[in-house]
Amino acid sequence: MLKLRDGIVELYKKVATSIPPDIEEALKSAYKNEISGSVAGSSLGIILENINLARKTVRPVCQDTGIPVFFVRVPAGLSHVELKKSFVEATRIATERIPLRANAVDIITEKNSGDNTGTGFPVIYFEEVQGGTLTIDLMLKGGGCENAGRIYKLPAEELNAQRDLDGVRKCVIDTVQKAQGRGCPPYVLGVGVGGSVDQVAVLAKRQLLCKLTDTNRIGELVKIEERLLREINQLGIGPLGLGGESTAIGVKIGVNHRHPASYFVDVSVSCWATRRGRLIW
Amino acid sequence: MVGPKKIKLPLSSEDVAGLKVGDLVLLSGNIVSGRDRMHKYLVEKRPAPDDIPFNLSGAVIYHCGPVIKKVDDNYMVIAAGPTTSMRVEMYEAAVIREYGIKGIIGKGGMSGNTLRALQETGCVYFNTIGGAAVYLADRIKKILDVWKLDEFGPTEAMWLFEVDEFPAIVTMDAHGNNMHRDIEELSLRKFSELTR
Repeated sequence: MLKLRDGIVELYKKVATSIPPDIEEALKSAYKNEISGSVAGSSLGIILENINLARKTVRPVCQDTGIPVFFVRVPAGLSHVELKKSFVEATRIATERIPLRANAVDIITEKNSGDNTGTGFPVIYFEEVQGGTLTIDLMLKGGGCENAGRIYKLPAEELNAQRDLDGVRKCVIDTVQKAQGRGCPPYVLGVGVGGSVDQVAVLAKRQLLCKLTDTNRIGELVKIEERLLREINQLGIGPLGLGGESTAIGVKIGVNHRHPASYFVDVSVSCWATRRGRLIW
Repeated sequence: MVGPKKIKLPLSSEDVAGLKVGDLVLLSGNIVSGRDRMHKYLVEKRPAPDDIPFNLSGAVIYHCGPVIKKVDDNYMVIAAGPTTSMRVEMYEAAVIREYGIKGIIGKGGMSGNTLRALQETGCVYFNTIGGAAVYLADRIKKILDVWKLDEFGPTEAMWLFEVDEFPAIVTMDAHGNNMHRDIEELSLRKFSELTR
């Protein structure tokens, strides 16, 4: 599978050194919305210049090249074990060649593996699909914004959040309010709602793969996403957390069925440098 | 809006006293990088100044774990934006007091203990642009030295950088002001309205 490995190295390069067009467009709109010459406006100006500079000089947009997360849709019959080998090998090569920052640290020894591979590193989610197309989505998820994420178990009395969609809305605003500027706003928020902790965390992260221009298939969620985006931008946190109109550029919500007793909400925060890309094989 | 203040490092006590929350600055001179592991080490192990290859007294610490590339025997800075400062809140006040730090550069701001140390010792916190790693790497003109590279690795080591017109905003000053706290209070009020 030599060719696939090289394809993944190229995917790494594209994802680390550029910003997807929908995100860049949203940042440009945010820039136009801020008062020219304000801290928020000038910061977004530098952010846009940084995006251009990274693309032109093929350098990582952010020094934190993140934790690599693969979401892979695999046609029946293709070996997951073999695929994983290609991902790991591509990760080693990409780390040295681009370069990426080595981010995989051993919990016991505190030693950095030096090549972004280790136990559970990179993160890989496989899903078997019908048809013959292998689809690989790669996200490079920065640590600062990953730390800003939160999980809730509804009802949450301190938020006056009940077990309904309005409760979900309160959780998302709470996450942003508590994150302030620490995870590099303007943010994209991925939200997962359902009945088991492990599932909602992955579901939330998976929402970050959606383009900002995509429309949720569930009408009720479209309304909440729009309302949340409007309300989050009223918080006044702004780019860098130093005040301004643009605190978020997108909210995407995914739902699973839940157990009658359980109502979990996971909010995954993504920085303005939301880096994702797809390879179709 | 007033143009940015151009400041030559090291910071003098007068420089620090003259800086106020909201001031835009362009810093030129030497700074050192230091993040999670270095702060823990400085506070837990208390290395003597003689064990540190450069003088931290009066220094500016940049919360940054850069991407560094080794070409032959030389190191190049590829990307070098700020990391979240709050993670070293539990160490920073001690580091400022113990080593005589005059400036911190990071992102997201810090909290009460650090703010008190800034005020008591005459130190200032600069917020720079999170994620603008290539833009900021280009403001680093030279790597002058490095400490703990073998032990901590390039991300967590302390690099001595020479910077030219490195952009930042004073968000916590030596007079007890904290812009992050103010923004958080305002947003909390709005949050209460939205979630009532």
